[in-house]
Amino acid sequence: MFRTQLKYIFLALFSLTFAINPALANTDTVANEGIMLINEKSIAHEEVEKEETDIVETILHHVSDANENHLGTMGHTHLTIPLPCILINKETKKVSFFMSSAFHHAPEGIIDGYKMEHSRVVDAQTGKRDTFYDLSITKNVFNMLIGFVLLTILFFVIKSSYEKRKGQAPKGAQSFMEPIIDFLIDDIVVKNIGPNYKKYLPFLLSVFFFILINNLLGLVPFLGSINSSGNISFTMALALCSLLVINLNGTKDYWGHIFAMPGVPKWVLIILTPIELLGVILKPAVLMLRLFGNIIGGHITVLSIVSLIFIMGKMGQSMGGAAAGGAVAFPILLFVNALELFVAFLQAYVFTLLTAVFIGAAIEEHHHAEEHH
Amino acid sequence: MTGFAALGAGLAALAAGIGIGLIGSNSVQSIARQPEAANDIRGAMILTAALIEGVAIIGMILSFLMN
Repeated sequence: MFRTQLKYIFLALFSLTFAINPALANTDTVANEGIMLINEKSIAHEEVEKEETDIVETILHHVSDANENHLGTMGHTHLTIPLPCILINKETKKVSFFMSSAFHHAPEGIIDGYKMEHSRVVDAQTGKRDTFYDLSITKNVFNMLIGFVLLTILFFVIKSSYEKRKGQAPKGAQSFMEPIIDFLIDDIVVKNIGPNYKKYLPFLLSVFFFILINNLLGLVPFLGSINSSGNISFTMALALCSLLVINLNGTKDYWGHIFAMPGVPKWVLIILTPIELLGVILKPAVLMLRLFGNIIGGHITVLSIVSLIFIMGKMGQSMGGAAAGGAVAFPILLFVNALELFVAFLQAYVFTLLTAVFIGAAIEEHHHAEEHH
Repeated sequence: MTGFAALGAGLAALAAGIGIGLIGSNSVQSIARQPEAANDIRGAMILTAALIEGVAIIGMILSFLMN
């Protein structure tokens, strides 16, 4: 059963490769690719200072969102997955819809007054992104959808094997997932929320597995530097969900403790209430920043260590330097990637744990035993 | 200004390092004293470490923004 499902997954992934569009190299975009550029002559005469800013730019380019999924460059051929661009001009309200690969065929690379710069759609005149709304399926959204599809398939596989093997020992993917889900339920959800945990279980499990799959996808090399969980919009959306779940389920006691902490003198409340109100926003805000910072920090660390090869090889001038850089970078990279694998699990765990703790605090029934003495 | 931003990130990391070091040392001590409570202590340890780590991350992000 699982094996046939696995075939479907591979089939889906394989059909994705058909979408890869080997667009011809455009010298302007090549010049901005830094890391891909070992053999380009133009870099050879640049000064050291220029190289450093180049590397910083390359790293930031790799962790930021993009309007096309750039997998790599082989010689002069760019391997990119074209993504749909949906752009709304702020002044004329004109909606433009086209695939990002259309830029390579358009005259001077301009469509509807937009052009592609560093894999990002910008205004052709100003070169900035503030004159239009970008509702495109960007690289992050695309990778998030891949994660979503993988998760959906995985959980349907498990569901069907639970139906088929009722009362029997788990098998295959089922026996891989069961201990994880058991651990989440016993150690995170029940412990922190209490007996009424069932209402919050779907949300917390979804959050955990969605963060986990996106973190893990971010560790797969050669897929166009996936960084969806290292994007602040992604974590903000998740934190917003947590904020709503925590506060919409808050009991009278919870709000009472925020607006009028019992057992505290009136004049102290003037100071305490704003702090408590701030705490309502700050808790999800820190959840958002923690996940974002950890994942993007890990990706920047990996990219910086890779850049070591290019710094020591002086951007393609010195083969020996590059080899030495590679020899230094390789074991460090291996270690950092192993650490990132741990962090991927830890951050998903921490996000779920803290959400469960906050929900538990919000729905807790206070008995105030000390007041009835 | 870049230097100051980096300095701030370093200070945040320093403070978080001290905090997480204290958590680690104390939780290892308490696990050594009461090995049967190891699971509870580990959970509390990760929770507190995550809370402290948030501060370091905020420092790091601020230094990104200042750049």
